[in-house]
Amino acid sequence: MIDGLMVGAVYGLAAMGLSLIWGVMDVINLTHGSMIALGMFAMYLLFSATALNPYLLLIPIIVIGLLLGIVVYWIAVHWVVGRSQLMSLLSTFSVNMMVIGIGTAVWSTSPYNVPFSLPGISFGAYTFTGNHIAAAVSALIIAMALELFLYNTRPGKAIRAVADNRDAAELMGISSTAVLAIAFGIGIALAFGSGALVSTLFPFTILSGSVYQLKSFVVTVLAGLGKPLGALAAGVLLGLLEGAVTPFIAVSWIPLIEFGLFVVALILFPRGIFGRATA
Amino acid sequence: MQRTKFALLVLCVFLVTPLFSQSNITIGFTVSKTGALNVDSLEQYRGFELWRDQTNAAGGIKAGGKSYQIQLVSYDDESNSKRVQQLYTRMILQDKADFMFSPYSSPLTATASVVTEQYGKIMLTTGAAEEKTYKLGNHYLYQMFAPATQYLTAVLDALKAKDPKASVAFVYEDSSFSNAVVTPAKPYAQQLGFAVGFSEAYAPNTTDFSAIIDKVISSKANVLLGGGHYADGSTLARQLYSQKVPLKMIALLVAPDSPQWTELGDAGLGVIVPSQWEPQTAFKAQYGPSGADFAKAYTAKYNTPPSYESAGGYAAGLILQRAIEQAGSTDTAKVSAALNNTDITTFYGRTKFATSSADHGLQVGHAMVLAQWQKDKSGKMVKQVVWPLAAKSADMKYPMH
Repeated sequence: MIDGLMVGAVYGLAAMGLSLIWGVMDVINLTHGSMIALGMFAMYLLFSATALNPYLLLIPIIVIGLLLGIVVYWIAVHWVVGRSQLMSLLSTFSVNMMVIGIGTAVWSTSPYNVPFSLPGISFGAYTFTGNHIAAAVSALIIAMALELFLYNTRPGKAIRAVADNRDAAELMGISSTAVLAIAFGIGIALAFGSGALVSTLFPFTILSGSVYQLKSFVVTVLAGLGKPLGALAAGVLLGLLEGAVTPFIAVSWIPLIEFGLFVVALILFPRGIFGRATA
Repeated sequence: MQRTKFALLVLCVFLVTPLFSQSNITIGFTVSKTGALNVDSLEQYRGFELWRDQTNAAGGIKAGGKSYQIQLVSYDDESNSKRVQQLYTRMILQDKADFMFSPYSSPLTATASVVTEQYGKIMLTTGAAEEKTYKLGNHYLYQMFAPATQYLTAVLDALKAKDPKASVAFVYEDSSFSNAVVTPAKPYAQQLGFAVGFSEAYAPNTTDFSAIIDKVISSKANVLLGGGHYADGSTLARQLYSQKVPLKMIALLVAPDSPQWTELGDAGLGVIVPSQWEPQTAFKAQYGPSGADFAKAYTAKYNTPPSYESAGGYAAGLILQRAIEQAGSTDTAKVSAALNNTDITTFYGRTKFATSSADHGLQVGHAMVLAQWQKDKSGKMVKQVVWPLAAKSADMKYPMH
């Protein structure tokens, strides 16, 4: 259960990025998985080059993610915002394929590790690794920072304004294009951050992001679109669920349960579990 | 006089030409340069490559008065059986390969064997221990590895000698190879009187073992057997260590045999691997180099010691070479007959193939050893042979830490 809780916080962080982009610009970002994988490799490369504490390296990695996100926005997303969702799906899927293609050429699809471990805490025969605890705490800090940014800063309020009503926000003098670019950048930065945290827990390849992208979809649907903090809570919920059911069933059944939940959530809560409260 | 000289010259040309006539033999195979199998597959490839280089440098394969230079044709199969199917067809039809080696791993080899049998090509398999493929009525498939059933039965025999009351957990990759290993091992463990506290297969791409590890702890098992290949096996060992699971023995398939295992540091210490070959196993070679010469040449070329995958690759080349020499030809039927009659010891150990129609090509001569990662006097991680006792280079550490 506690393992699930800790990993769930990282799922939540990954889903926050997807949820933010989806909610603000109505774009289903299919580059999400490959950006998570790039975050993993960013951590691997920076850690190999500097040998600094990985949790310090999160800061430059998030900044790189933000900048890359803004670039990707201008190249692939700007042209499809406001058009049919199929266009944005195709456009972001193309970027995803390019990133995976380049990543495979550069790093192959062989597994990589970030060889760093923090001492864990033991309760009887069970030990919780330091990396898991630090990843969960980092995920929560990043999530809180995003929430503070969205509710207490001008750019954050602008993002929320554009998400609520783009035309009205434009009338108030907010440049929606710049806001959308920043929001997309933040979404990718969150994907980078979650990828970087996952890389300290498990080995990864350039293809590893797809697993977290799928989990992010489940979490986003559970939470309701465009509710980043709800996504974090739903991520933790998903992690807890994984932790709670694994003692009783084989681990290979977990995806079935998760996607079963996905369908049930779509039917029972089409606006997400947290949809009604905050919509 | 001139005519006599000319006639003599022509005669010489006719006599000498066959002695020096050179042809090429093309051998095709795929390598998993990318994907989950890349570590083990690359080591196997290096074995093929070293055999080719050494044999060509010594004048090639000499058969029927001809000398054949070996050409290897290979492609990246991306650890993907669909690619294997396409590429083996391509190597046979377009690249005109005379003989085939297998890809790495049982599932990829099973796929390749469908193609090679369809075109009637001999394929020596290495890195493919699962027995099922050799029981399908194939005619041209020859297995170099000892079959999968032997992997964990040897470990259980060794455990019986150390701790007859151990409680065993099986945690293994849900792949055809690991299933083929574990399925006969479970009843064998019970037959030896061990309690089997827990058993679960995990998906091949698993990276988070924490849920399974929690179950192992709850089961109170003190011995863990299983694993699959490098990617999952190394991750499982890392997470068992970081979660401080109180185990007395960990034996994992395949992964700990790789020289890359040292990257795990203390997480890799004490782990046992059932091995097809170790440099310390000193077989008296009736054919080809000695184990020491092979290991020396391999280390000099690749700056890393050979694993059993590397040895299997080299030995596959040697056995094919000997069969071609015995056949005196590259004709498939003749080489196949020579392979059927093979019973020889090389540096890799004994090689003999089953010849009945029920299991044609199954390896029946080769036996496995157990190796354990230990620290030598200088504190460096080294693999020691710990089983069978007659071949051991060090005592087994039990408990492992």
